Amino acid sequence: MILDAKVPAGDLADKWKNHKFNVKLVNPANKRKYEVIVVGTGLAGASAAASLAELGYNVKAFCFQDSPRRAHSIAAQGGINAAKNYQNDGDSVFRLFYDTIKGGDYRSREANVYRLAEVSVNIIDQCVAQGVPFAREYGGLLANRSFGGAQVSRTFYARGQTGQQLLLGAYSALSRQINTGKVEMHSRKEMLDLVVVDGQARGIIVRDLVTGEISSHSAHAVILATGGYGNVFYLSTNAMGSNVTAAWRAHKKGAFFANPCYTQIHPTCIPVSGTHQSKLTLMSESLRNDGRVWVPKKEGDTRKPKDIPENERDYYLERKYPSFGNLVPRDVASRNAKYACDEGRGVGSTKLAVYLDFADAIKRDGKDTIAAKYGNLFDMYQQITGENPYETPMRIFPAVHYTMGGLWVDYNLMTSVPGLYALGEANFSDHGANRLGASALMQGLADGYFVVPYTIGDYLARMPYDKIGTDHPAFKEAEHQVKEKISQLLSINGSKTVDQFHRELGLIMWDNCGMSRNAEGLKEAKTKIKSLRDDFWQNVKVLGEAGQMNQSIEKAGRVADFLELGELMIDDALDRNESCGGHFREEYQTEEGEAKRNDEQYSYVAAWEYKGKDQAESLHKEQLEFQNVKLTQRSYK
Amino acid sequence: MEEKRNYTLKIWRQKDANDKGGFVTYPLNDISTDMSFLEMIDVLNEKLIADGQEPVHFDHDCREGICGMCSMVINGKPHGPKDAITTCQLHMRSFDHGVTITVEPWRAKAFPVIRDLVVDRTSFDRIIQAGGYVSVNTGGVPDANEIPIPKKIADDAFDAATCIGCGACVAACKNASAMLFVSAKISQLAMLPQGKVERASRAEDMIAQMDEEGFGACTNTGACSAVCPKEISLEHIARMNREYFTAKFTAKKS
Ligand code: FES
Repeated sequence: MILDAKVPAGDLADKWKNHKFNVKLVNPANKRKYEVIVVGTGLAGASAAASLAELGYNVKAFCFQDSPRRAHSIAAQGGINAAKNYQNDGDSVFRLFYDTIKGGDYRSREANVYRLAEVSVNIIDQCVAQGVPFAREYGGLLANRSFGGAQVSRTFYARGQTGQQLLLGAYSALSRQINTGKVEMHSRKEMLDLVVVDGQARGIIVRDLVTGEISSHSAHAVILATGGYGNVFYLSTNAMGSNVTAAWRAHKKGAFFANPCYTQIHPTCIPVSGTHQSKLTLMSESLRNDGRVWVPKKEGDTRKPKDIPENERDYYLERKYPSFGNLVPRDVASRNAKYACDEGRGVGSTKLAVYLDFADAIKRDGKDTIAAKYGNLFDMYQQITGENPYETPMRIFPAVHYTMGGLWVDYNLMTSVPGLYALGEANFSDHGANRLGASALMQGLADGYFVVPYTIGDYLARMPYDKIGTDHPAFKEAEHQVKEKISQLLSINGSKTVDQFHRELGLIMWDNCGMSRNAEGLKEAKTKIKSLRDDFWQNVKVLGEAGQMNQSIEKAGRVADFLELGELMIDDALDRNESCGGHFREEYQTEEGEAKRNDEQYSYVAAWEYKGKDQAESLHKEQLEFQNVKLTQRSYK
Repeated sequence: MEEKRNYTLKIWRQKDANDKGGFVTYPLNDISTDMSFLEMIDVLNEKLIADGQEPVHFDHDCREGICGMCSMVINGKPHGPKDAITTCQLHMRSFDHGVTITVEPWRAKAFPVIRDLVVDRTSFDRIIQAGGYVSVNTGGVPDANEIPIPKKIADDAFDAATCIGCGACVAACKNASAMLFVSAKISQLAMLPQGKVERASRAEDMIAQMDEEGFGACTNTGACSAVCPKEISLEHIARMNREYFTAKFTAKKS
């Protein structure tokens, strides 16, 4: 089977414009005859649900949280990119496109990325019109800042809470449509299966997390905007509830899963403090502008940082990368922290941390200046660790932050199952092997506000108005499967909790499929995951009943899916015999220890097809063609 | 430095909305001072499950103080003893060795208990649905810089917009009033030029919905703002009252 990305013909800059003109339209009066299901209410889901409802479609939206406003987009701190060129510093759609392609280490699809850059400007207009309070200059116009991987100032922000403000904007648009009756909102409902009839996505099965009731919902198309799968590592900066279940169950119903091994590790997180750790907290990358990263030169040095004299410290980023120093890209910074700890030079009680030291910056600029820049981050650090970063260096360590892989989609954001769409972090489409800062928010809103409302019409226009009844055997069968699985989980009554399994899985993934990988470790991990999964189905302990709120059942279902996804991530990492972006295979590095791509052989999207329980998945390759950029090797020396 | 401490927990357990519910006492030892409060509850839950007892149910998601999902009344105070943080940001080093800690759900008629510490806050969503937005559709809006906004106003609007919708304000109020929550949204949009067009109907509609949900009246005690993890100011309530009365007044005249 050949994967058809359906990229429109023509010049890069004209593709989207032409495509919008060429797609079929649904007559305004007929839109209300179609129903669309949207799962997930983060930036992508809420913006899609609101925009589709405004167009006249009937929308049913679902989220597992108690309110659509709580989706994990809310936690994004930094900002959102847009090629507005308000700063007159030479930004353009093409430059944003170029930076994104390059930042993604040449593993994304040109046409999608260009469109993303193109609609980025509309996003800012839309959000401002909604009343999103972006940062402004004294003259009343919008402020920008610069962000990693770019040489222009194109990031719009709302203090350190940009995700929150953008999500509340999308949530307000969604709320308005709920009020008009065009969106039927279902919160505290979790999608547990996709229903496919005659090869088309026709609905979903959900569990009501309050009553435990399993119900079927039918529609003409289904949109998944269910986020990323970083929690396969157990510890990540993702929210506790973030999970892969909706995407994974869709995968098992025929949606290909693309590039699962591409994981982004963020270099500046607060380190793990003990086995009780439940999640990791990100600290803005901007800290690296003034903080200096170091570890002791000596292995196993247990002295307090202030007792280690200057000449016994190793400022390893400054030493290895004299021109970028502490500002090397995320993946380089993360990997080097790992190396320092692997060498036994890690700091703190767990030895899994490096110092980020502000002493020189405070001496140079004064405490007040540093406080004005980073005060809230310093407070947050102190709140969590009990240490004062004005007096002693921060301890930081990398953490899983974002997953570039996801459901494979074509140019229309449709998965390999007709009628099933995937938006935002849930799809694989725009960030290649590495995502640039401030680009996740941009992609979520681009997909939801400005892409899918057009492309879905092209599909719906070909659909009959009749919906399939939820008494159709396909719905009944799917409901039955879902119920079976839940009763199975409840009946095992073994001796290990769901969290124990999740933690074990996370460790296997982190050690073998995290910041750096090698074939041997990956193969070992595959065996370990298999046996952990077997153990899970024999030994997990899930208490309580199905017909009530039961948080153990919720978690168990999600961890069961992570246990399957983990293995696919390993397969994908093993298949990709090169290093690129967030995928660093130790066997493939330059003499200087940098990621070494193999464009000849691996310039493809790896799209995996589910083949049945305990069967190896089969790999489909979408060749990536670059007509508008020249592939180069990154260097930060 | 990390220490281990022992505690006695008194936690509200309630099987479902119809159950009467009550406190159950659990001793819990060897708790690291580096743990967050919710990680301490995780530890308790792991022990409970190992003993064959169902875990304490509670709402939480981001665990970094932004999603607004966590919601515990700790020793009588929503989000616990420290100011300007959420439950998930609280750490055990704030609790002395050997103390008893009581944990209850938000209590308000408009926030019925679902199970244990989990309450239903969809009333907040319905208030926003009644008018907490600017009525613009996707597309067809002016260029973002065509709407200049003085920095001071943008900053003030931001201070209001920072509300996380957790409901601590309601839980802290003896009348279970939602005025702080509602006023933050009305105030944010009333300050900004984009929101001015609908300011009158917005204030009226949101307040009508608030009353319908069964939230109590505001008697200006300020307990709401005192517990607010985002320190939303009482000024917004004053501004909302002005918005509301102006709306009523102009409605009568026209
Ligand atoms: S869990 Fe998100 S604010 Fe506490």
